[in-house]
Amino acid sequence: MTATAAPAVLDRDGLNALVAALVAQGRTVIGPTVRDGAVGLAELASADELPYGWGVELDAGRYRLVRREDGAAFAHSAGPQSWKSYLHPSRERLWSADRTSEAEIAYTAHEPEAPSYAFLGVRPCDLRAIAIQDRVLTGGRYADDGYGKRRRTALLIAAECTEPGATCFCVSTGGGPSADPGYDLALTEIVDEEGHRFLVRVGSDEGAELLERTPHRTADPVTQQTARAAVDAARDRMGRALPPVDLRSLMGASLDAERWDDVAARCLTCGNCTMVCPTCFCTTTEEITDLTGDHTERWQRWDSCFDLDFSYLHGGPVRSSARSRYRQWLTHKLSTWHDQFGTTGCVGCGRCVTWCPAGIDITEEVAALDAERAALGTETD
Amino acid sequence: MTAVPVPHRVVARRPETADTVTLHLEPVGAALPDFAPGQFAMVHSFGRGEIPVSVSSVQATGGLAHTIRSVGAVSDGLCAMRVGDVVGLRGPYGNTWELERAYGCDVLVVAGGIGLAPLRPLILSALAEPAAYRRVSVLVGARTPGDVIGRQEIDGWPTAFTGVTVDQPGADWRRDVGVVTQLLGRAPFEPDGTWAFVCGPEPMIRATARELAERGVPRDRIRVSLERNMRCATGHCGHCQLGPLLLCQVGPVANWAQAEPLLSVREL
Repeated sequence: MTATAAPAVLDRDGLNALVAALVAQGRTVIGPTVRDGAVGLAELASADELPYGWGVELDAGRYRLVRREDGAAFAHSAGPQSWKSYLHPSRERLWSADRTSEAEIAYTAHEPEAPSYAFLGVRPCDLRAIAIQDRVLTGGRYADDGYGKRRRTALLIAAECTEPGATCFCVSTGGGPSADPGYDLALTEIVDEEGHRFLVRVGSDEGAELLERTPHRTADPVTQQTARAAVDAARDRMGRALPPVDLRSLMGASLDAERWDDVAARCLTCGNCTMVCPTCFCTTTEEITDLTGDHTERWQRWDSCFDLDFSYLHGGPVRSSARSRYRQWLTHKLSTWHDQFGTTGCVGCGRCVTWCPAGIDITEEVAALDAERAALGTETD
Repeated sequence: MTAVPVPHRVVARRPETADTVTLHLEPVGAALPDFAPGQFAMVHSFGRGEIPVSVSSVQATGGLAHTIRSVGAVSDGLCAMRVGDVVGLRGPYGNTWELERAYGCDVLVVAGGIGLAPLRPLILSALAEPAAYRRVSVLVGARTPGDVIGRQEIDGWPTAFTGVTVDQPGADWRRDVGVVTQLLGRAPFEPDGTWAFVCGPEPMIRATARELAERGVPRDRIRVSLERNMRCATGHCGHCQLGPLLLCQVGPVANWAQAEPLLSVREL
């Protein structure tokens, strides 16, 4: 089994060759790159477009690019986009219908668009997020064909985390800065006096074949130890943490908490948190007709549970208050997601904290809910 | 394979009330799998969109039918359909009433307004097997006499008890006036040997199920059909959540033991 191939080491030229090999295969290589003042995801023509020498400063409601002395490519935490932009795109045509005569309608399924993706630099939190969306969109009785097709053909090259940001809390969601299985290749970036290099671990046959075709050397023990140490150190440097309690039962017991009013007074219900969340999957559908009136298309697009129309039934929305919509989002993410999909919906990437225009921090909200429950428990004792 | 609507032709159209129509549908070409009472289809109105609608008649009891109340763009379009027009259907989706679990028991059906439509195929199935169920009672509530759907049909059903009550009677109304729960005292049923099936507006469901539980009907034998916004019906759009329940997958029928705590939380 080649998946157990020995770890290897690539230098920057090696990473360039790896990307060149993927492009030569006809793959659409997506990776982090500096764009619009942030590290976004975009199609890469070469590894030179990676954000070498860029880091980020994060806080609740704050994201700033900063220069890094060491020239590292993957030391920038999670950016505003996640891989769902590619696997579960924001707009997708589902089917169309044509009125072929006065009393006939023909429906046509649309073959989902599925470029052969290679994702370069998938952070461990995002690797978990992809596994969660796999369960949500393809693990039930019905499968989302478009997602499934794009996912099956995508090659995942993880970049382990050695530089957690101030809004990161993956460790407290049961994850960590090291990559879980699911990757084809996993890189760990090292910059030290020995040079700028990437330890490469192989997670699949396809990853092994790709590595075979890329100039590399077998990993020396020092590089392996240095990489491990960097990832282990990252584990202890998380900027934030969810309280170490059973979140599922905490959320279930907090439906009437007063804290929801407090957060609702700050929440703009803009939906940013749901857009940047790598696991949020909700969509709505739109009917789009052309000018003839004889052709109509059914499109799916991202939706947010913060939108008033999300819960609309004739007469009005079920969840009209900001309180109820924030509660729906957070309770779903941390509690009812387990009931529906057998897993948490939060990987601790910190995006919702960073990109909330009001700086609402879910770790702080959950801690407040926990404190409120504890206080109630004291009163009733 | 992404489910694409299957064309169905309107073969009969029956106005039920001022704003409600029943469409009888037959497949233009290939048919969908058989629907069971309680299940729903996503019904497509060309150029307008799709809505979830429970079946008010199933293949086994007289052909597929949907009873639709005009409350928005899509339902307006469907209610305006004429015989010969084509709609698209996806389905069957969702769970069923599971009437068969009531074997040997009293069957109590309580409907509010258009809530009678999803219960109709269940009533017909129960009445078609008089030996299988003890006493079948049907209690119907509506706002006005004109809002009672299928009035002639209701009185033809060979039930142990049929009651119809309205909130606002006209001058010629000779039947009950008031909420549907007040009919419960007249329906013959042994509470601990009863299965109840309830559908209607959510406040009516809550009031009815609570009263049934108070009268001794086990809460897990009270089945309620719930409504939430639905876009996909395949468990992927997230719209139909009621707490832990994705209603398109584990609903629309829920048992009261599970639904009561959820429906008791405001804006859940």
